[in-house]
Amino acid sequence: MNIPVQYFSHEGLTALSILDEQDEFKPVESLLSIRDLHVWYELRRFGFGRAGHVKAVDGVSFELAHGETIAVVGESGCGKSSLMKTILGLHPPTSGELIFEGEKISIFSDAALQEYRFGIGYVQQDPYGALPPFMNVEKILEEPLVISGVKDRTERDRRIRRAMTEVKLHPVEDFLHKFPHMLSGGQQQRVVIARAMILDPKMIVADEPVSMLDASVRVEILKLLHTLQERYHLSVLYITHDLSTVKYFSARIFVMYAGLLVEKAETRKLLEHPLHPYTLALLAATSDPDARNSEVYRELPSGEPPSLVNPPKGCRFHPRCSRAMSGLCDKEAPPEFEPEPNHFVACWLYE
Amino acid sequence: MTAPAQSLLHIEDLVLHFKTSRGVVQAVDGVDFDLGVKRAVVILGESGCGKTSLSRALLRLLPRNVEKYSGKVVLQGTDVMELSDEEYRTSVRWVSMSLVPQAAMNSLNPVLTVGDQVAEPAMVHLGLNREDALGVVSKMFKHVGIPNDFMERYPFELSGGMRQRVALAMALVTSPGLIVLDEPTSALDLLTQANIMNVLKRLKHELGTSFILITHDIATSSELADEVAIMYAGQIVETGCARDFFPAPLHPYSQMLMASVPRLHSDTDPMFILGQPPSLMNPPKGCRFAARCPFRFEKCSEEPPVFRKGNRSIKCWLHA
Repeated sequence: MNIPVQYFSHEGLTALSILDEQDEFKPVESLLSIRDLHVWYELRRFGFGRAGHVKAVDGVSFELAHGETIAVVGESGCGKSSLMKTILGLHPPTSGELIFEGEKISIFSDAALQEYRFGIGYVQQDPYGALPPFMNVEKILEEPLVISGVKDRTERDRRIRRAMTEVKLHPVEDFLHKFPHMLSGGQQQRVVIARAMILDPKMIVADEPVSMLDASVRVEILKLLHTLQERYHLSVLYITHDLSTVKYFSARIFVMYAGLLVEKAETRKLLEHPLHPYTLALLAATSDPDARNSEVYRELPSGEPPSLVNPPKGCRFHPRCSRAMSGLCDKEAPPEFEPEPNHFVACWLYE
Repeated sequence: MTAPAQSLLHIEDLVLHFKTSRGVVQAVDGVDFDLGVKRAVVILGESGCGKTSLSRALLRLLPRNVEKYSGKVVLQGTDVMELSDEEYRTSVRWVSMSLVPQAAMNSLNPVLTVGDQVAEPAMVHLGLNREDALGVVSKMFKHVGIPNDFMERYPFELSGGMRQRVALAMALVTSPGLIVLDEPTSALDLLTQANIMNVLKRLKHELGTSFILITHDIATSSELADEVAIMYAGQIVETGCARDFFPAPLHPYSQMLMASVPRLHSDTDPMFILGQPPSLMNPPKGCRFAARCPFRFEKCSEEPPVFRKGNRSIKCWLHA
């Protein structure tokens, strides 16, 4: 039986209206800037002698403005978790700068680093794994307040109740004394979000916040995050591999491959007119429910993402790219080009 | 196009209840469906609706706390529920029906090479010697797209996508007519996932294998589905051909579930379903979805029978 191969084309995409109000990306004063960040992990052979480095993040730069939402899209092993951990202050960068509200973070003292961490909320991927099983909701939400030095008990109680109302865990009394295992997946994720919000952060890092949830709950949580983001004018770094949820949430998308950001653009532009061959492949692999899907094979790049210890010379995607130009792509790493305003792509096709 | 295909599997009133210290969990409660040769049915449902229990019930891989296990599972003309456990093991499991369990790629034996472990079912169930079995393995590896020199490798030397292919090859090695896939792509990356779906499509066309695909990922499921069955709280609430179902689901739950899928190529705002699925310990009388259903009326306090509409069936009073 002959099955046609479906190629991805720009025509297949229709307009998106979801993020109309924040369509235009206006550069405002940035909250967080990342300059040429490298996160390398040392590989040791039998405990002594260097065997090289895992170059998880290898030269990433971007600016995150106040109230801006950015999605970092990439497959596992592309370095997005290392990027996230470095931004959360959980892992020191090997080189490069992190500038938060005009202050460099790498030179911070422990106290300053703690202060920096208080300003960033973290929404984990797996809510059940992220919540301590022996603490009830009240204790879970109280802990960050205690650590950050809120001494007054009634004040703590007030803020716990406010955060719980904010994430729609009401009536509050019904949930205060429940333990994580007594909550559904969606409710657990709400507790995680409440915990991330309780110190009134300026920024939220959400690591695949809905990938462990069921379809019907997923949308509810995305909407909640979106409401909170708008109400408090939060900056959000949304890390995901699922392009279909991105447009409901982020103004800009960064596509990450093998430790580098290969394409940066506004959401609508990137989904309607993707440029980098890797982005095209990701979009081609994302399906919408449609019975016709079963009648076509999808055109996908062969092979797998490269090892980050010895990434390929030149463009890191060239061994899998159908449009690779020999003599160029396999020799020299492409710099970032800007073929359209505010649409950056690291690919020689757009020189 | 969809002429009544030769029947491969016919399930009637399949029930699997578990005994727990707090009561009886009605994980699978009266499931019926049919599957033709060379067809793929997708069983869609949210977590806790009994999907995995259904796969266990089909393959009779039961835990010890079973309270009730009954119904009819007619595979290629024989009711396999009548067989003793030993007969089932020797003549059904792997031989005519095999399973790719959830997270199969992490269930490979770390101390055996992948070639040897894929060969094992062929040696046990088909009585082949090691050389012949490895010959079959190398053929199956070709079908699922694993290079032949991977036979000598250990699971830790393979990537997630490759290990998933190994698990698939293991289910294929005895050439069963039916493979049950439990969330085969949920832990994989986007491109790997699309690749595995390509492999499954190819197997369906080249080897004529039928599939039961159990998943909660609606978008990906449409890559393989010929038929769709929607499961809610232990019961199948709607079945139909994929061509009819995806554009126009009929049961209110299926409609809301489909509306909750974020879509890349459309600008409709996805919806969510209020409330939570009922506990399977004490499911509500009448329609189990009634409490969350915007269309409920008096009739819904009685259990709806299955209504037929052409080749679709809906368990909902609205379609009486």
